[in-house]
Amino acid sequence: MGQITLNQVTKSFGDVQVIPPLDLEINEGEFVVFVGPSGCGKSTLLRLIAGLEDTSSGHISIDGNDATQLPPAKRSLAMVFQSYALYPHMSVRKNIAFPMRMAGLDEATQKAKIEAAAKALNLTDYLDRKPGQLSGGQRQRVAIGRAIVREPAAFLFDEPLSNLDAALRVGMRLEIMELHKKLETTMIYVTHDQVEAMTMADKIVVLQAGVIEQVGSPLELYHAPRNKFVAGFIGSPKMNLIEGPEAAKHDATTIGIRPEHLTVSKTEGLWKGTVGVAEHLGSDTFIHVHETGLTDMMTVRITGDIQVKHRDTIYLTPDMEQLHRFDAQGLRLG
Amino acid sequence: MARSVTTKRKAINTTIAWAIGLLIFFPILWTILTSFKSEAQAIADPPLFLFFDWTTENYSTVMERSNYGRFLWNSIFIAGGSTILGIMIAIPAAWSMAFVPSRRTKDILLWMLSTKMLPAVGVLYPIYLLFIKLGLLDSVVGLTIVLMLINLPIIIWMLYTYFREIPGEILEAARMDGAGLKAEILYVLTPMAIPGIASTLLLNFILAWNEAFWTLNLTAAKAAPLTAFIASYSSPEGLFYAKLSAASTMAIAPILILGWFSQKQLVRGLTFGAVK
Repeated sequence: MGQITLNQVTKSFGDVQVIPPLDLEINEGEFVVFVGPSGCGKSTLLRLIAGLEDTSSGHISIDGNDATQLPPAKRSLAMVFQSYALYPHMSVRKNIAFPMRMAGLDEATQKAKIEAAAKALNLTDYLDRKPGQLSGGQRQRVAIGRAIVREPAAFLFDEPLSNLDAALRVGMRLEIMELHKKLETTMIYVTHDQVEAMTMADKIVVLQAGVIEQVGSPLELYHAPRNKFVAGFIGSPKMNLIEGPEAAKHDATTIGIRPEHLTVSKTEGLWKGTVGVAEHLGSDTFIHVHETGLTDMMTVRITGDIQVKHRDTIYLTPDMEQLHRFDAQGLRLG
Repeated sequence: MARSVTTKRKAINTTIAWAIGLLIFFPILWTILTSFKSEAQAIADPPLFLFFDWTTENYSTVMERSNYGRFLWNSIFIAGGSTILGIMIAIPAAWSMAFVPSRRTKDILLWMLSTKMLPAVGVLYPIYLLFIKLGLLDSVVGLTIVLMLINLPIIIWMLYTYFREIPGEILEAARMDGAGLKAEILYVLTPMAIPGIASTLLLNFILAWNEAFWTLNLTAAKAAPLTAFIASYSSPEGLFYAKLSAASTMAIAPILILGWFSQKQLVRGLTFGAVK
């Protein structure tokens, strides 16, 4: 259960085509993350799979059955929304029971499933409260509980953690990952946060302007980005992209080097620059280097702490093994 | 200092508000007072305000002469029926306009409202003929349908405005949870829009209760509601002011009481969204 195939799917709003013909295969039990900048069509793609938007052409099949024309209710998918979308007039218990009530399950089964979901999500003490009386994290748990009891073929998450504060976000991220390990159900997760994408996904789908730029495991995308866009989007801080004579030396239009693949010296190295801002995180230090003559600013990641001052001269040396080369079209070379 | 200015302001505002309130209420108050006068006192010049011989004679005369109960029942049937029928049509209509709008939705809304701009008398002739053809003249059913149609644009407009305040994602969540259209409207949308629906119901009931043009033109005796009951006491000679006032008071009393008890709901509904 949970195999989803998109075949030449397109979506237009009026005359504007937001999703050009697109093919995608999502395997049973996979945790797939759709990632991309705002407006890249990732949420639209999720809504097409959910059935909340109609496809303009193409086919969507779920577990081998054509679901293109099926209404959302008949696709046996469950969705968790960014705004939680809980029913404000119902208690937590009734919210979780709603999909089972719609499916016509008997009271005893409903009760047992509610208890189990509430226990798994630490909601037992809140079952009789209304959503308005819960915190953001608790509300999101209720939304997940409502999705779990449906026992769907796949879970769809639309930026579920965006409304939570940073600490809670990390916690919920882990909870969702643990849930995936436990249920082994297909999950499709939309986010613009590449850290979420890298940490959670079995498979990442990078989107830009409705086009899939690359599909692959987090480490495939990190080590072998197919083009400049993916190279710049995956990884934090961003990859340094250098054009001009320095790139030409490597038979490329653009070369890329990740901040963690540069070594720093105060005395000697390949590229000379001056220190702009240094961000000390304790475990790491990010140094922003200017006046290298290569690009406006380069970022270097140093493990541990390093004592550098603003406007200090600094030398950078890239690890040549880790250099990425791109051609004039921005595609990966070699 | 600032405090005293505020207090003074408050006093002035309160006085103005009371003055306006009394001004608006005065015709109703005058009608009620007149209903307790004799016919002679009712037309006395200068008019008598509070110091006259209070009598309930007009009420007993009106009760003797006409069948108040039947008029009241007709009013309840017509106002209640047209309101319930209207809301049953308006909820799905407003749902589709608010949540699955098309390019023409705004035009349709304006077109519906434009039907209210036409004077009712403009369509009296065709509707009258239609009523004769269908045998609906002087029937509560016919009147219920006409009043429902007359008020439908307003009900849809009001509900549309309330529904627009409800986040679409909640309805999408219901769809994902396996709810069909009926379940979505019945279990999710309607309970969330209760304040809006209640004030729409109330307003529509009041409008239908007080509607006089159609009720007077399309009824004779059988289906006549309280508006016709009042009209039956207005005579061109103007000799029955007191009885007319008694009849009016009896006609407006039920709706006045209903309005009084539901004013909190009504105000809440009318400001729904504005104070979200």
